[in-house]
Amino acid sequence: MIETTTIRPFTAASFNQYLAEGKLMAARCADCGKLSLPPRAICSKCHGVNLVWTETSGKGKLAGFTVVYIAPTFMIEQGYGRDKPYVSGIVELDEGVKISARILGVDATQPDSIGIGTRLEVGFIEAGEGDKKKSYLAFKTRQE
Amino acid sequence: MPKSRPLLRGVSIIGVGMSKFGAFPEKNSRDLFVEAFKDMTGSVDKGLDPAVIESFYLGNFSSDLFEHQGHTAPLLLDAVGLTPIPATRVENACASGATALRQGVMAIASGLYDVVLVGGAEKMTDLPTADVTDTLATAADVPFEISAGFTFPGFYAAMATAYMAKFGMKPEHLMNVAIKNHDNGALNPNAQFGTTIQKWMEGRIASAIKKGKPAPNWTSIWDFLHDGYANPIVAWPLRLFDCSPITDGASALLLVAEERAREFTDIPIHIIGSAQASDTALHNRLDLTSLPAAKLASSQAYGMAGISASDVRIAEVHDCFTIAEVIASEDIGFFAPGEGFKAAEDGMTARLGGKPINTSGGLKSKGHPVGASGVAQVFELWKQMRNEAGERQVPGDVPLAMTHNVGATGSTCVVHIFERRE
Ligand SMILES: [Zn+2]
Repeated sequence: MIETTTIRPFTAASFNQYLAEGKLMAARCADCGKLSLPPRAICSKCHGVNLVWTETSGKGKLAGFTVVYIAPTFMIEQGYGRDKPYVSGIVELDEGVKISARILGVDATQPDSIGIGTRLEVGFIEAGEGDKKKSYLAFKTRQE
Repeated sequence: MPKSRPLLRGVSIIGVGMSKFGAFPEKNSRDLFVEAFKDMTGSVDKGLDPAVIESFYLGNFSSDLFEHQGHTAPLLLDAVGLTPIPATRVENACASGATALRQGVMAIASGLYDVVLVGGAEKMTDLPTADVTDTLATAADVPFEISAGFTFPGFYAAMATAYMAKFGMKPEHLMNVAIKNHDNGALNPNAQFGTTIQKWMEGRIASAIKKGKPAPNWTSIWDFLHDGYANPIVAWPLRLFDCSPITDGASALLLVAEERAREFTDIPIHIIGSAQASDTALHNRLDLTSLPAAKLASSQAYGMAGISASDVRIAEVHDCFTIAEVIASEDIGFFAPGEGFKAAEDGMTARLGGKPINTSGGLKSKGHPVGASGVAQVFELWKQMRNEAGERQVPGDVPLAMTHNVGATGSTCVVHIFERRE
């Protein structure tokens, strides 16, 4: 499905705006068809500049993951760390592109139970208060 | 695909130096670089008049955030008394050091200079750990990777889970890399952790007894490494002993045009391969169990040198995490994909094995002052190739050796190949 009504610039800010609207958007090259996620303004395959925003299927599988115990400051501020570890992963969408995201619906205390290839679907996390409020990309486990 | 072209003229190393690596609250990166520079001048066999040095390239990742000090190159140059020659800081995250070396190689090969100083420096221990984590994270794709909660141990942990799923490795296998690199570091007087894991464990037991606490009932280092208190998880499956430390340190090399090398030493070390490649963020790669930039830089460096991996006697590779050494040992062609963790388990990569890796102790045990690491790798090879590595000297001759220095998760990789000729 190609959106043609509004052409937002191919920037991290636009990507995050779409996340806040509940959409995981990629950029498709109108010249060669290559799909880019995260979005990019110049195609890395044919170097063309005719990109269009495309909503992804939001469905994919886990390609790699970790359970983070020593957290960065912004996650510590959300209450995570040694006593409350969380899962971050790389998700391969059914379209073949990958993206980094928080992984939900798996047991962070039982990493052996988390399988590479686990089916996932897109979800979104809102965190922070007031001006710091932001939507983060997440994927959750999916029952087929 | 970029072509691998030969250098227009040869480049040789005629001196190396480094500071001790560790945590030095009373020293900044300038002080540490002065130590490395003095060590380097002392290593030049026929003596060095520093006035012959014509240009300076410095590898430094983030003095801005670590020390609140930018514009570091001329400051360090001035500290060793070499103004007004050009001073240039090179930043490529953890590959800053080897990237600086490569600038020096190209500057001499082009004919612009005959004598070039290459340095690396990083002062990391002034900041609390969370701030160091945040600073290192700036080497990643911040809006798209860090927002997912990833840390640097987390990225390499994700590679480890992909590698485990593909090749059947267990987290325990990675401990072989840590044990081996601490064994090597115990023989290196410049290492941050100059102790084996065995000695480390014994020290912990002795300290518990001294404090009147119950002694831990570890019967071997494997018990110790499996203990969640002694070796806590950082980013599963990576634990504390899978990670290189936070380190202060500096290193220095002196490069000259090959035709002038014998003015300074009868045993120069020649740089016969130099290659560098770049890549996307980790999530954009087809496969998470290899670094494409490392494979490309390796094959180009081998092509320039006219040799293959089987010709190389030893390597210093970028073991920021234990899994990184396993993957590196495959990317540089020492072992086939999926075989690197077995080679570590079998002792192939040990100092006395068939393909020694990180005889210095690597980043894991020697320490990882980010910008200094890529230059300090060359320090180790210089010592080994000249039979000057003392207790940690590998047996037999070392005529060919290589370095592999990675920035972030492989967005940069720089490979150099070194030769000693009679
Ligand atoms: Zn295209």
